[in-house]
Amino acid sequence: MTQGYAKTTREEGAGQGPVFKSPTRVRYALDWVFRGLVFVATLIGLVVLAVLLIDVAWDGVPRLGWGFLTNFPSVSAERSGIYPALLGSLLLLLHTAVISVPLGVGAAIYLEEYAPDNWLTRLIEVNISNLAGVPSIIYGLLGLGIFVNLLGPVTGGQSIISGALTLSLLILPVIIIATREALRAIPDTVREGGFALGATRWEVIRSHLLPMAIPGALTGTILALARAVGEAAPLIVVGAATFITFAPSGPLSAYSALPIQIYAWISQPQPAFQVNAAAAIVVLMIVLLITNSLAIWLRNKYQRRG
Amino acid sequence: MTVNAERSGRETGPWRRESRARHFRERVIKILLAACAYVSVLTTFGIVFVLIFETINFFREVSIVEFLTSTTWSAAFANPKFGIVVLISGTLLTTVIAIAVALPVGLLAAIYLSEYASARLRRWLKPALEVLAGVPTIVYGYFALTFVTPLLQSTIFPSLTIFNALSAGLVMGVMIIPTIASVSEDAIYAVPHSLREGAYALGATKREVATRIVVPAALSGIVAAVILGISRAVGETMIVAIAAGALAQFDFNPLNPAQTMTAFIVQVASGDTPTGSLTYNTIFAVGMTLFVMTMILNVISYLFVRRFRETCE
Repeated sequence: MTQGYAKTTREEGAGQGPVFKSPTRVRYALDWVFRGLVFVATLIGLVVLAVLLIDVAWDGVPRLGWGFLTNFPSVSAERSGIYPALLGSLLLLLHTAVISVPLGVGAAIYLEEYAPDNWLTRLIEVNISNLAGVPSIIYGLLGLGIFVNLLGPVTGGQSIISGALTLSLLILPVIIIATREALRAIPDTVREGGFALGATRWEVIRSHLLPMAIPGALTGTILALARAVGEAAPLIVVGAATFITFAPSGPLSAYSALPIQIYAWISQPQPAFQVNAAAAIVVLMIVLLITNSLAIWLRNKYQRRG
Repeated sequence: MTVNAERSGRETGPWRRESRARHFRERVIKILLAACAYVSVLTTFGIVFVLIFETINFFREVSIVEFLTSTTWSAAFANPKFGIVVLISGTLLTTVIAIAVALPVGLLAAIYLSEYASARLRRWLKPALEVLAGVPTIVYGYFALTFVTPLLQSTIFPSLTIFNALSAGLVMGVMIIPTIASVSEDAIYAVPHSLREGAYALGATKREVATRIVVPAALSGIVAAVILGISRAVGETMIVAIAAGALAQFDFNPLNPAQTMTAFIVQVASGDTPTGSLTYNTIFAVGMTLFVMTMILNVISYLFVRRFRETCE
């Protein structure tokens, strides 16, 4: 540790001459320039974000209307709507949540409260952080190979359940990591208090640890689900339909989703469909805004109490 | 005591005596929870299994030498050629453009957040930057195609084609800014204060401390951030699928269309491809290449983060 510092200092010391040669006034002038530069760099991202939001709203908001939300896609851009896509996205969200939340929370509880500290546990941990870095389209290929083709007779092939299973695996690492952090933040005195009263491990978890961990875990989970709603690439690979003229009816039904509908419209050459894409993006962003605000609101509410 | 245990046949919360049923329940719950944890291992096995299985099928029909050395990619044509180098060149081109944007901007933003911004401003700016990473990539794709490309066409590059690597790369760079900014900010923030104070004591200015002391000390963390950013760019799909086009050619001109590995997978998957056909197997071979590349990048990034922790914490 100290060696690290010593090394840096020595290297800096070797270059001492040129470092302090320029007059103080120049050095302070450069300091102001640099300060401006780093400030501008921080703003660039935010400015682009603002331009993006304004551009999308400018293109899309005039197209919004009740008909746009309740119509089916059509060959005529003006009569097209996002009803099946919106419904598909909400159904996907619901199914993904039902599959991924118990799995993710269960895995987190096991790793944080039960797992012995051995090579197998470390393997699982390394594996989870690795999975978090796998591109989403690879999950699409996994879903296509396993859920759509191999398990096709059970899942109905290109169905909502196949899509939801794929998205669940995609966001599972995020849910596990968030829940583990929430569990880790609980002081050990809570656990010891429970054990001292004769409670078993699971009883302590159910009665004390889970209620205490819920706010943190919930925030991470909602953010992960929001990410799943916006994903297009894996759903394209597992076969979400781009043109659908019926409302999805259940887990085995064929489906479309908002990002898929947007992609389909962007791919059309006619400008009227591009406008539809912008309007659908506005709807998607509103859905994301609602879910993300919910997450932030929950976090603030519970943080203040704790 | 025993009387008590016999009397409470019904479960009444954490006060029950030791019983066989209770032990049994604990064991079952533990096994169920462990099963949840092993799903992640199964996922990795599933990915590797699916990719290897279909890639083997692919190489039954296409020679591995052609795959690695040919400089033509024409998977959809009658006499298909499969030179993965072409798709890798497209991926490389958009990635280089993205990093050329995200590295300077992200690093400077990280320096501002950690060294200059007040604690209050930092608390607002950090989540605001994170929003950039939360915008769905399909939205960035729309932005690149309908805003950035026309803007560049009417100002700097009149010869820009509608689909081009430049717009896709630039917008992808903006998307990656928060990744690079937040990981390198963590590294810069973790540099011990004694180092800064030592430099101030020697008469260094704030900029000199930031650029010559803090950044070199946090270098391995910053390298990790950049590699993570590269990995994101390589795996990014929708922006390039929408804005960079579907023309696979061995060409490094950013003003022309380019097809990346991810965009090819999307192009094939959005059409009707019968399971088991050569085209179907192709997307898995491409996916395998992509998976191996991002895996290597992630491992290198992880090693740099570990090295940074060892030297600085």
